[in-house]
Amino acid sequence: MQTTCACDVAVVGGGPAGLAAALGAKEGGAARVVLFDREKEAGGILWQCIHAGFGLHHFKEELTGPEYAQRFLDQARAAGVEIMTETFVLGIDADRRVRTLSPAHGMQVWECKAVVLAMGARERTRPAIHTPGTRPAGVMTAGLAQKLVNIMGFLPGRRAVILGSGDIGLIMARRLTLEGVEVEGVYEIMPHPGGLNRNIVQCLHDYDIPLHLSTTVSWVHGRDRVEGVTVTPVDSRLQPVPGAKGRFISCDTLLLAVGLIPENELSLQTGLALDPATGGPVVSSTMETTVPGIYACGNVLHIHDLVDYVTEEAMVAGWYAAGAVDGRRPDTIRLVRGPGIASCVPHTLSNRVEREQVIYLRVRQPMENCRLHFGEVFERRLRYAFPAETVRVTIKPEVLAEFPDGDLTVYLSE
Amino acid sequence: MAVIGGGVVGCAILRELSRYRLRLVLLEKEAEVGFGTSKSNSGIIHAGHHGAAGTLKGRLEWEGNQMWDQLAAELGFGFRRCGELTVALRPEDLPVLQQLKEQGEARGVPGLAFWDKETIRREEPNLHPAIEVALYAPTSGVVNPYEACFTLAQNAAMNGAELLLEHEVVSITKVEDRDVDGNGDTGNGPLFVIRARRQGGEGEAERVRVREVVARYVVNAAGTAVAQVAAMAGAALPPIIWRKGEEYLLDKRLVGIVKRTIFPCPTPTSKGILVIPTCDGTIMVGPTAHETRHSDDRATTFDGFSEVFAFVQKLVPAISPRDCIAQFAGLRTVAEGEDFIIETAPIGRFVQVAGIQSPGLTAAPAIARMVASLLEDEGLRLTEKDDFRPTLPPPVRFGQLSPEEQAALAAAHPEYRCIVCRCENVTEGEIVAAIKAGARTLDGLKFRTRAGMGRCQGGFCTTRCMELLSRELGIPMTAITKRGGGSWIVTGRPVPVGDQGAEGEMSSANHMRM
Repeated sequence: MQTTCACDVAVVGGGPAGLAAALGAKEGGAARVVLFDREKEAGGILWQCIHAGFGLHHFKEELTGPEYAQRFLDQARAAGVEIMTETFVLGIDADRRVRTLSPAHGMQVWECKAVVLAMGARERTRPAIHTPGTRPAGVMTAGLAQKLVNIMGFLPGRRAVILGSGDIGLIMARRLTLEGVEVEGVYEIMPHPGGLNRNIVQCLHDYDIPLHLSTTVSWVHGRDRVEGVTVTPVDSRLQPVPGAKGRFISCDTLLLAVGLIPENELSLQTGLALDPATGGPVVSSTMETTVPGIYACGNVLHIHDLVDYVTEEAMVAGWYAAGAVDGRRPDTIRLVRGPGIASCVPHTLSNRVEREQVIYLRVRQPMENCRLHFGEVFERRLRYAFPAETVRVTIKPEVLAEFPDGDLTVYLSE
Repeated sequence: MAVIGGGVVGCAILRELSRYRLRLVLLEKEAEVGFGTSKSNSGIIHAGHHGAAGTLKGRLEWEGNQMWDQLAAELGFGFRRCGELTVALRPEDLPVLQQLKEQGEARGVPGLAFWDKETIRREEPNLHPAIEVALYAPTSGVVNPYEACFTLAQNAAMNGAELLLEHEVVSITKVEDRDVDGNGDTGNGPLFVIRARRQGGEGEAERVRVREVVARYVVNAAGTAVAQVAAMAGAALPPIIWRKGEEYLLDKRLVGIVKRTIFPCPTPTSKGILVIPTCDGTIMVGPTAHETRHSDDRATTFDGFSEVFAFVQKLVPAISPRDCIAQFAGLRTVAEGEDFIIETAPIGRFVQVAGIQSPGLTAAPAIARMVASLLEDEGLRLTEKDDFRPTLPPPVRFGQLSPEEQAALAAAHPEYRCIVCRCENVTEGEIVAAIKAGARTLDGLKFRTRAGMGRCQGGFCTTRCMELLSRELGIPMTAITKRGGGSWIVTGRPVPVGDQGAEGEMSSANHMRM
């Protein structure tokens, strides 16, 4: 009733991370690389990201999401990656058996030498932020609205309020405006924006859409469909300012851009360890999780701001996954988050490598002219650091060689 | 014979009456049955010992409790006897537990037992360490209340009952007999003419929108609107109030954190805020109990949220608001005196079922029997059908099958090879079956199949569910609603004025070239 197949590297998820990981695995010498994607066409969320701004780092040119996806699809096919579309992964175990379901093949069990997790993320929803009020139609995540508009060709409403200034919310503020939907404003509970600076400028400022910081939606009105929202200023503990009067805004749509959650429900079936700071797996410098032979990259590992970094990280994961059979390189340095550091990937490093190591960090507070320290052995000056933007640090092998074994604290200072 | 109100009580009555040779119609103002109070119910089948002796609530709770195993076996909705624990949080709770035990035993509820500290730790290790005494009731269970409504109504319809959904009753007139059956027989006493307005037809002529239903017997099971309906018929009820309950649903990650439903000691107006292991593996916490003045007030509040999670800390400290994946609220209809009202109105042939607060869900099948017997007392002849079919084919729940069962199902049936909802692993086959069984809205699909009920709350499957609704029902995407009425999901793109001109030019250019 179910067939058993074998491959060298199985990649779960065909978004930018999965495509790059599959390519990386091919470059790393894997013979049979199979990529599973649940949609009719691999490419993931890139298909609905029809705006430009992708590929500035990787291709040194500005592409739209679909263009970026197409380049990788072409490369993956040319490299001989087997792309299994409309294929849903039902389960993964610690012995690297992947159970798939598809219209074409029914249920299959794949025995894999290595598995790369690239399932991406889901959006945080209204219950996750506990917005009070009624529960009418018209409250939806910004990503769902993006799919409705860009893929299906419908509008989510006529007058929208956006809660949260994550990048998808900013992109959708502009998109809806261009589509003739009135965007009343973007409201952000934090005192600083959740998305990239360039998106604040290009999506809000250029279209005269106001951004209200330290403000949240405190009530949703309407029985069947949203009829309006009440917005209220919040204090430093993110609670409504005592005595502050809320403001009613008439609208039929409330879009939520309040963060992404790595989709690790499948990953957890393997028994791997998650990092509470990222919501993704704990990984070594080779992007290997705590379960041997299982790797992770992209938004399932930690939430990225730029797809280019996803690509870079995923190529590394795929490349090492291809070599998984040859034994792994033990890391001897454990990175510990110190003051000012919200998250740090990977979680361990090796001081005996020939290639440079990339580290992705997020900071807790906006800072200017600060210094990033790796213990007392390495430091880097940063002109700016924003919580919404990944800090990417590359460390050369000769510098890494100086790193001592054991715990190494990463921290920020003035 | 008309039943007004398609909540769990109305559906149970309809299904009970569908055993007999009757022409039955259900009038429900929402787009699907169970969309009022029932879908927001905690889903607990109470053990049988809560209601005080001498009350209808007490008697029907225990009677109803014993009927759910057979109902679930016949109709295939989610039901599990998981047992419950009522815990003592303060020394003064102990006599209350003792009284609960005694009133249960007097009624014949089996298995009631006090648990000591050691038993509690062993059986429910995640309970607050300060809890040292609890009353265990093995007869308690959990049910998916919306599934119960859908399947009761579906089974009634299969047995000949007509469902008039999105039909809100606007008037009831009692008239002298006329020949409704067309057989010249007018000797059966007065009739009720019920006028119901179809929802969602704003702008249409009243004569198109209003449907007239003529019935010899009427059951008013209109839930929160019971008093309004009673007034239309001139059948007064004692004062009715509404008590709102907010519930919060938590991620499946917490499955097993409690094995049984956990109750605090009850107060005179409420059974308190509970921790409920639902049939589907999620944990539900709530409800609050606060009077509200609006029969339509289903808002969740910051205060309600804080109250629920603060209280739950005293029961199961490991539960955190971070795991919340859904929030909702429902209204209990409460009659003066706090007991159920199930009686024939003085106008005759008009049975009222009012004030069905907790344990209304538990009692619903017993209420249905009681109503049938009241109708019989009024002269309704209950002749059993020879061809009554009590069972529905069991629904497929792909996500709940073992890998081997999934493989077998997928091999035999291609429609189970395509996953629509990735959080709950719901297949296209299940979605299509749910639409065939009566789902008309996104919420209807969600409550039948769990598509969109998981942790992403429909972020990924909403568009796919909409496409399938559109395809199967033959309606445009813009006509799809969350739960009927004006709850539309998408609208079309506006066509800019300039574009129409441009299109015209384009076609004339094409014409010239040809």
